[in-house]
Amino acid sequence: MASQTVPHHHADETLQHHFANPEQQKDASTIGMWVFLLTEIMFFGGLFLAYFAYRQAYPVAFASASNKTNLWIGATNTTVLICSSLTMALAVHAASMGKKKLLMLFLTATLILGGVFLSVKGYEYHDKWVHHEVPGYHFDCEGCQDAGHTPLFFSLYFGMTGLHAMHMLIGFVILIVLLVQAKKGKYNEKWYTPVEMFGLYWHFVDIIWIFLFPLLYLIDRSGRGLS
Amino acid sequence: MITAPPQVAEPKNYLNAETGLKSWLLTKDHKRIAILYLIVVSLFFALGGIFAGLIRMELATPAGDLFDSNTYNKVFTMHGIIMVFFFLIPSIPAVLGNFFLPMMIGAKDLAFPRINLLSWYIYLLGGAFTLYVLLAGGVDTGWTFYTPFSSSYSNGYVVAAGLGIFINGFSSILTGLNFIVTTHRMRAPGMTWFRLPLFVWSMYATSAIMVLGTPVIAVTLFLLVLERGLHIGFFDPAYGGDPVLFQHLFWFYSHPAVYIMILPSMGVVSEVISTFSSKKPFGYTFIAFSSLAIAVFGFLVWGHHLFVSGQSIYAGLVFSVLSYIVAIPSAIKVFNWTATMYKGQVRMETPMLYAIGFIGLFTIGGLTGVVLASLGMDVHLTDTYFVIAHFHYVMVGGALLGYLSGLHFWWPKMTGRMYSDVWSKVSAVLVFAGFNLTFGPQFLLGYMGMPRRYHVYPPEFQVLNVLSSAGASILGIGLILPAMYLTWSLKYGAKASANPWGATGLEWQTSSPPIAENFEVTPVVTHEAYDYSTVQEVVHIG
Amino acid sequence: MILESKSFQLFPEQASNFASQVDGLYGYMVVISAFFSVLVAFLIIFFAVKYRKKPGVNIPPHTDDHSIGAVLLEIAWSVIPLGLSLVMFAWGASIMFEESRPPKDALNVYVTGKQWMWKVQHLEGAREIDELHVPVNRNIRLTLTSEDVIHDFFVPAFRTKMDVLPGRYTTEWFRPTKIGQYHLFCAEYCGTKHSGMTGTIYVMSVEDYNKWLAQGNGEGSMAEDGESLFRQLGCGNCHRPEGHGRAPDLHGVYGMNVDLSDGTHVRADESYIRESVLYPQAQIVAGYDRIMPTFKGLISDDGMLKLIEYIKSMGNPNGVVSERPLTREPSDIQKTGPMALPESEYKAPAGGPRPSAATGKQQ
Repeated sequence: MASQTVPHHHADETLQHHFANPEQQKDASTIGMWVFLLTEIMFFGGLFLAYFAYRQAYPVAFASASNKTNLWIGATNTTVLICSSLTMALAVHAASMGKKKLLMLFLTATLILGGVFLSVKGYEYHDKWVHHEVPGYHFDCEGCQDAGHTPLFFSLYFGMTGLHAMHMLIGFVILIVLLVQAKKGKYNEKWYTPVEMFGLYWHFVDIIWIFLFPLLYLIDRSGRGLS
Repeated sequence: MITAPPQVAEPKNYLNAETGLKSWLLTKDHKRIAILYLIVVSLFFALGGIFAGLIRMELATPAGDLFDSNTYNKVFTMHGIIMVFFFLIPSIPAVLGNFFLPMMIGAKDLAFPRINLLSWYIYLLGGAFTLYVLLAGGVDTGWTFYTPFSSSYSNGYVVAAGLGIFINGFSSILTGLNFIVTTHRMRAPGMTWFRLPLFVWSMYATSAIMVLGTPVIAVTLFLLVLERGLHIGFFDPAYGGDPVLFQHLFWFYSHPAVYIMILPSMGVVSEVISTFSSKKPFGYTFIAFSSLAIAVFGFLVWGHHLFVSGQSIYAGLVFSVLSYIVAIPSAIKVFNWTATMYKGQVRMETPMLYAIGFIGLFTIGGLTGVVLASLGMDVHLTDTYFVIAHFHYVMVGGALLGYLSGLHFWWPKMTGRMYSDVWSKVSAVLVFAGFNLTFGPQFLLGYMGMPRRYHVYPPEFQVLNVLSSAGASILGIGLILPAMYLTWSLKYGAKASANPWGATGLEWQTSSPPIAENFEVTPVVTHEAYDYSTVQEVVHIG
Repeated sequence: MILESKSFQLFPEQASNFASQVDGLYGYMVVISAFFSVLVAFLIIFFAVKYRKKPGVNIPPHTDDHSIGAVLLEIAWSVIPLGLSLVMFAWGASIMFEESRPPKDALNVYVTGKQWMWKVQHLEGAREIDELHVPVNRNIRLTLTSEDVIHDFFVPAFRTKMDVLPGRYTTEWFRPTKIGQYHLFCAEYCGTKHSGMTGTIYVMSVEDYNKWLAQGNGEGSMAEDGESLFRQLGCGNCHRPEGHGRAPDLHGVYGMNVDLSDGTHVRADESYIRESVLYPQAQIVAGYDRIMPTFKGLISDDGMLKLIEYIKSMGNPNGVVSERPLTREPSDIQKTGPMALPESEYKAPAGGPRPSAATGKQQ
């Protein structure tokens, strides 16, 4: 077994000791984040599976219940989230250019847009509560067809958007941490890995919503009705 | 003047590099984290074992005379939950994988040492929830938590138990994530994929399952907790929900989970059979790809747990045929291990005893799985003691024996000590004999029709049950002994050399125990795996 | 016929048409398993002894050849087990196919599982708890459901088993071939008294079975009770013969393919009838409107089975359609919950109760 030495660089204080060089460390972080996002796909996947199973079984109930969601609120939230992905991408770009003020600006914008999304969601939930559309609590889907099966739609609505909102909340907290770190000048054009990795996470959360929106809000909006 | 001989300082290694509780509880060293896991995993195994003992004591008589039905139901549930989630799934990956994956590939540590420590704390948190459930009064749903019993009827602590397992799942996910990234990016120069030890291949395949499967049980338990707490109607027929959907979601993870339990043991067996035959594993490439095949096909067979659930027979056909296909890679491995011993130089040390015990018992367990995969056969046998016997053959006869083999194989490297040869071989024999006596009769009980999870049973089943309980006491002794002689060896065992078994592999090129950084200098790999021509004459002969 | 206690058996009695098939398949699998287990064990022990390392003897380690021979060996020990396995698959599949297709001439019996007992209902009206009497050499078809959690109806001597689900019907069938008494077990964990949810299957000669039936308990047949329910609940107001009503004619509907408004079609079995009564708006028959109210909460599980039996008997020349007045209040109508139909759409049968109107409220 030959054992020649391989040179290490230790000049960089952001390089952890068990990595041979910064490229290896960055690579590891990136692969790690992608693997984590894969687990998140599987996590939401269970709910999507349940959604497809029940929607296929009870299409009339699902269409009827979906019409109870507020299309405009949902569309607004979708726009807000897409914009926040834009600001996040711009934040990553600013970090890569070493532009601290711009980075902080875009992180703040993302934070605000995320906050708007969560507030709107909170309003929606409250609205559903008031209209007896929360399963298990004086549930009554007024005017719904095949009402007996509509609680399933609403359970999925709350389950899926709730889980999504939880992920957004976690993202919100991490954004604050990133802002604080950025203010302290921790990120520069040579090393901004946490910002980039969080960007991946934030885009992922956005994509989940892009799927949730049509599946929950847009079933049979044409009004033609299912047969 | 007579002077005292110069004191030889204890060489620096990862165990004495730093001292104090804080240096252990806040360590980032993968080897220390492995030892931390070893301690807690052993404690949970002991707890699960006590419950097993209680089960066998109750079942020695047909009547329910030891405890009442509710208590019995809680006992078998806790046995299952603890053994599956807190022992079998973490054991080899968190102890042996954590310790040896980086060393085997020539790295200084895993890719994310802090996440590694975090996953240990998450395990503890999940364990704390489970202990809370135990102390508060238990859960009685069976480890499978079928709805609507678990969601609407059980009087046990379902939410807390579900949360405990949910939390513990993240420990699994983070470990798997760490292993995948490490294997991809931290290999030493010259360590190509096909020079990796087979244990690394099995860890990689296991990690893929952990990462892809565990989130599904997490969301399933999440839904169960919501259903139970908020009655949202998901699995409740009164709202149009389908209790069988729970079964699909549950088994989508829990079937691949059994491959999480067995693949690491298979990796250990590949290492041990090779070392104690002084021969490269026969069909290295086939074994490596079989591990990946098991991981992939393992995700496609969950419906074989639902053959009599009211599932369509066409679904049954698909799952049945896929279940046969998933068995083939395991068969390939068994034949390859056997062929490895052909024209080898076989030494029957303790790890080898466990490894060949594994091959025999896993073969029987696997073949009985193949029996269950047949639709018409499963109709009669599912939910009987035949299934219990089958899975204990693969999980105890297979996974546990693989763990014990690995523990005994790598003990000298991890601790720097050798354990007693005689006691370890006696234990191995007791474990093998006790195990077969415990679970062999259960195949017969199952065919006779004794259902599982039965607290009381018709008197004609007693003879076989008594045999089984007798076997359990022997198995219990066989398992308590290692706890004793291994602990004893820490202080009184002979000091181990760097390579007492004459094994290949980078971990054997370092001191026993290794230094904190694993290697003085990063190794550069220039030849194939399992090259015994370069290994020196074996120093330790049993 | 006392249940003999056998001191030591390896197989339960073979008491159904499936038993010998299942035992035959098992025998094949045991032989193959034993063969491979013994082969592997033998080879390992043989190699361990023959190739044991002799202390002090130093020979260079052997390297296996990687020639085509090794690859052929790998292929052989992959393909041969696969072939043997596929036989197991096919054989087992064919048995289960047969088990999933009850013969048309099968005698129907309804079984309801609940914590922690089995309620058995024969068509003629006889009811049993934790027991099932059946005639030998006749095909028997069980329709199973649960009132609470999932149970499983398992008869080892018949080699049959089927989960029993709440909110759904499952079926299993068998032909008992041997007179005797056999264990019935619940085989899906269902709570405290899961292991107490056992019973006995009595297989009797046809004569003895008829005698047993005749001594019945004076109740009406299921279809007769179902007819009472049909009238009590006002079904006939909409479901008129020959399509004169605003709902489909139910005569002869059982077992037919029904065309639905979304273009698909469905077989009108027990489950379809049940779904139509409890969730009528989920599937609409082509050509009709989505106006049927739900009867959820108004009919018990037992009542549902009787209603189904009545509907099955409709259109059957020997069916039970009579003008017999109601002599007692069927216990299967639940008084809770309002009817779903607006008052203007509902016509109460003469002398029957007049429920209040409401929109489809969830219970």
